[in-house]
Order: sequence, then C-alpha cells, then structure tokens
Amino acid sequence: MIPRLVTGAGYWSPLLWLAFLIPFALIGYLIYSRGNPGYKKDTEQVKPYLSGNIEPSKEKIQVKASDIYWGFIEALKGYYNILQTIHTGDLRDYILWYLGVGTIILFLLVGGA
Amino acid sequence: MIEHLPALMIAIPLFGAFVAPLFKKKQNLAAVWAILITAVTVGLSLLLMYQVRLNGVIVYVFGADRPTLVLPSGYKVPIRIMFEIDGIGAFMAISATLMSFIGALYSYSHVKAESGLEKYYALLLLLEVGILGMVLTGDLFNLFVFLEIAGIAGSALVGFRNYRGEASEAGIKYLIVSAVASLMVLFAIGILYGEYGNLNLAYISKQVSFNTLDMIAFGLLFTSFAMKCGSVPMHYWVPDAYTEVPAGINPVLLVSTYASLYALFRVSFTLFANISISLARVGWIMSVLGVLTMFIGVTMALVQKDVKRLMSYHAISQTGYMLLGVGVGLTVLHDPKALAEFGKTAMAGGIFHIINHIIYKSLLLMTAGALFYVTGTRNLNEMGGLARKMPITTLCFIVGAAAISGLPPFNGFASKFLIYESSYRLNPLLAVFAMVTSILTLASFVKVFASAFLGPPLEKFENAKEVPKPMIVAMVILALLCILFGLFPDVVLDKLVYPAVDALIRIAQYQTWGGLA
Repeated sequence: MIPRLVTGAGYWSPLLWLAFLIPFALIGYLIYSRGNPGYKKDTEQVKPYLSGNIEPSKEKIQVKASDIYWGFIEALKGYYNILQTIHTGDLRDYILWYLGVGTIILFLLVGGA
Repeated sequence: MIEHLPALMIAIPLFGAFVAPLFKKKQNLAAVWAILITAVTVGLSLLLMYQVRLNGVIVYVFGADRPTLVLPSGYKVPIRIMFEIDGIGAFMAISATLMSFIGALYSYSHVKAESGLEKYYALLLLLEVGILGMVLTGDLFNLFVFLEIAGIAGSALVGFRNYRGEASEAGIKYLIVSAVASLMVLFAIGILYGEYGNLNLAYISKQVSFNTLDMIAFGLLFTSFAMKCGSVPMHYWVPDAYTEVPAGINPVLLVSTYASLYALFRVSFTLFANISISLARVGWIMSVLGVLTMFIGVTMALVQKDVKRLMSYHAISQTGYMLLGVGVGLTVLHDPKALAEFGKTAMAGGIFHIINHIIYKSLLLMTAGALFYVTGTRNLNEMGGLARKMPITTLCFIVGAAAISGLPPFNGFASKFLIYESSYRLNPLLAVFAMVTSILTLASFVKVFASAFLGPPLEKFENAKEVPKPMIVAMVILALLCILFGLFPDVVLDKLVYPAVDALIRIAQYQTWGGLA
C-alpha cells in the first residue's frame, strides 16, 4: 500500500513523488558525469579569476547575514519601523499587550454570548 | 501496574527530579540519570497511547479505588483528583516525553562545562512533570498547579546561565509573564468553581450555561493560554526565553509552550464547545490570531542576526499554523457538512503540525546550539564556512530548514499541505497568508545557511571541529524523524493525530468521567 495523505480535495503521496524524482536525478548525474575531465582539485584551476587584483582575506569575501535580503528589508522599511518599534523588550509593554488583547477578546466573547 | 500508568507518568519524573540533586559531586551521573528517567517516560507514554487506543478514554482517580466514587450524601459529582486521558492527551504526552529524552541526551555534552548540573537536570525533569500534568489532568485546579510547576521550572532553566545578564533578564521576564497568565487562569477557575462548585473539566463542561460570567472566565482562559503559547501580539517573551535557554532545554520548553496551546484547545473544544452561537466567532478569533502570528513571526525572523533569536521568531511563526488549522476546525465545529469536508482535515493539519514543529524546531535550535558550542558566538555576521568543519550539523540543519519551510517530502510539508488545502475552503486569504509565510521561512533559512555554513572556511575557525557524539546522536534522531514523518505521514495521522482530533471533536466521550454521568 502506497502511503497517501488524503486532504478531501485530493491526495499527496511522498513515495510516488520521490519515485518521480529519480529519473531527474539520473539525468542530472549523466550531465555531471559528462563534465570537463580536465578539472583538478587543489590546483590554480580552483582559484577565482580576480583580474589581477590581490585576493582579499577570507573574512572580507564572506557574505554577511546583514547583507542578505538588504533590498527586501529596505523596500519594507516603513513596515519594519513599526514592527521593530513595538518590540520594545520592556516587560511592562508585554503585560499591556496582554491586557489589551484580553479586553478585545472579552468584548468579542461577552458581546456574542 | 498498567492501571496505575497515569500516576506513574508523573511519579517517575518527579522521583527523578528529587533524586537528581543527590548527584552533586558526580554531575555526569546526574546527566545519565536524567537520560534514563526520560527514556522510561518515553516507554510509558507509548504504553499509555496504546491503552487509550485499546480502551478509549482512561479515567484515573487519585486516592480512590474507582472513579465513580461519589459523596456519601449521594450527590453525584466527581470528587478527588482525576486524570482523564484521551487521544490528544496521550499525543501530547508522547511529544513531551520524547523531547525531554532528546533534550537530556543533547545536554550531556552541551552543558558539560557548566556548574550546578544536578539542579539543571532536576529542573528539566520538573519541567517534564509540569507538562505531563497539564496534558493528562481532567481537573481545572490541577491544570493551574502543573502550569505553575512548568512555568517556574522553565523560568529557572531560562536563567540557568546566570553569569549572563541577558539570561537572568529573560528568566525573570518569563517568570513574570507566566505568573500573570497563571493568576488570570486561577481567577477564571475561581469564577467557574464559584458558579458550579466543582473543578472537574468534564463535569463543568456539562453544566456550563454560557452566561456573562462564564464568558468572562472563557475570555480570561483563552487570552492567558494564547499568551503562554506565544500568539501574536502577546509573543514578546518567546524570543527572549528561547534565545537564552541552553539548547538542550529548547525541545522541552517548546513542548511546554504547546502544552498551553493544548490547554487553549481543551478549553475551547471541551469546556466551551456547546456554545452554538459564538463558537464560530471563537474559531475566527483563533484563525486570525494564527495568521497574524505566522506572518509577523516570520517577518521579524528575517531581520535577525542572532541565529537563536531568528529561530525563536520562527517558533512563533509556526505556532500560527497550529492556531489556524485548529481555528478553522473550531469555526465549523457545529456545521457537520463543513466539518466533514474540511474542518477535520484542518484540525488534523494543526495537530500534526504540533509534533512536526516540535521535532524540526528542536533540531534547528540544537544546530544553533551546536554553532554556539563551536564558534562561541550566536551572531551570524561573525560565522561562515562552517559546512566543511561541521558536516553532520550542516546536514541536520538542511533537513530541519527544509522541513520548517514545508519542502516535500519532509514532515513540515505534510502538515502544512493539510492546512493549506483546508483553510482555503473557509477563506482563500487564510491559505495565501500560510503559503507566503512558508516562502519567507525558506528565505530566512537560506540566509542562515549562506552566512553560517557556506563561503570559504574562515581562518578564525581553522581548528573548529564537529560537536561531540551525544549532541550528534540527538540531532540525527530528530533529522531521521523529520524524514520518516514526511515519508509516512499516513501512519502518524492514523496512529496519533486522528485519535487526537476525534478526542477534541467527541466531547460526549470525554464527559462520561468513568461512566458516572
């Protein structure tokens, strides 16, 4: 019996999906195996082409976490300004949020009782 | 012995917790003791699930030979302390014991250099007691007592590294937030006790009349448990606590959070399920809180530089999926057609996501703990090129990241798939938010992978090497579970999840408390 995840609108079978991937993995391997056999590890071949520039230190060419998605965060600056402002780290604010949400929920529930 | 299984579930870790301080001079033995005790509880919880599947709801009465014992006057109300265990209680117990075992195993090496480990393991076992008590009890006051035990043990563990100012601050914050929520829970219990003169969940659920006072009690319970499970906008304590707690405690603390989520579901489905007018409104409140939680959690994660803080925001975000799945089920609970068409699937997705999330988030937080163990920093900007130095941790991270992002065939996909397909039927916008959140989750884990593991090997980590074996074993077990639960989701659904869903839906079964009613 093939495992199936029935959702009411259809089903999902992880093993069938894996079986479907196998031919693609084989094609990938075939392409990889036809690659340039002249490539040698631990030689000058693996060095990046730097146009005659001096190679910077490893730390300098590392992509930092702050650089990744910089554009995304910059584009949503307004949203993030609000979000980071409300994350104060102040315990009194934590309790105030709890009281505020509690009041709204009580209002919605008692109003609907 | 089998008939005392529910009591043993609490007694054994409690005994373990009281014995652990005796290993003050042999701290390695304290670790081995905790591993042993938690392993025994895993066995007991599996046995408990087997018994529930075999015999239905288990009612256990402390201090009496039968659950049907009534007052001498003949007034037929349940007396004494009762444990009432159904499918969802047993499901949560398995999650709690498994994660306590994994946490103890990981801690063996991870906190070896710390002092006061006998207290650490005693607190770990007490935290397990608190969680198990919360999910097994059929009594509201005991729910409060075990909530307090879990809250106090959890806050002590959050502040365990008390030489770090941040840890002490996070511990105090967690303690105060827990105390405020617990006090409000106690207040609500007081209201219900004042009205119905009883603390038994099943009994009150039959008596509750949904007057204004009842609804105030419901609102207080709902809000307090929502805060304790880290629902937005009451989630602020979560990143503080999850970031500062030692990585070995993260899995147990996660389950402790979801014990509150369980309490929220129990209150909504069992205690107040008979409100027919506004239950759909409660379901919508839960679903909207779920969508807000998943979206705000993930967008906050995207801007973090501290690897554990980033993952903590993801824990908040993933709680949103559970709230959404179960919220959709709650919305249509009194509509048999919609419940059969998609409500039950949504609830299955939400509950399946609890165990999936506990597994992959524990794995990810442990990989973050491994990074901290090796590099001495949690700042992603200071890491890089660690994939070659820590190949097994890297592989485990990839599995965890793929699972949390909902990539097939890992376990996160299976539960998210159920949530997408069913929440869409209630409102397409809910499914859109869920899917966008998954994409953003993947994006933020690409950020962690690129900055910590990829790139050229940094000179400062030239001597870095893979973490010790117990940490590896704990991570590999979780990674394998991510794959197994993803490849055979139907087995987990049939054996664990659907019995839990049925337990929530079939309120009448829970209300019988041993055949007395």
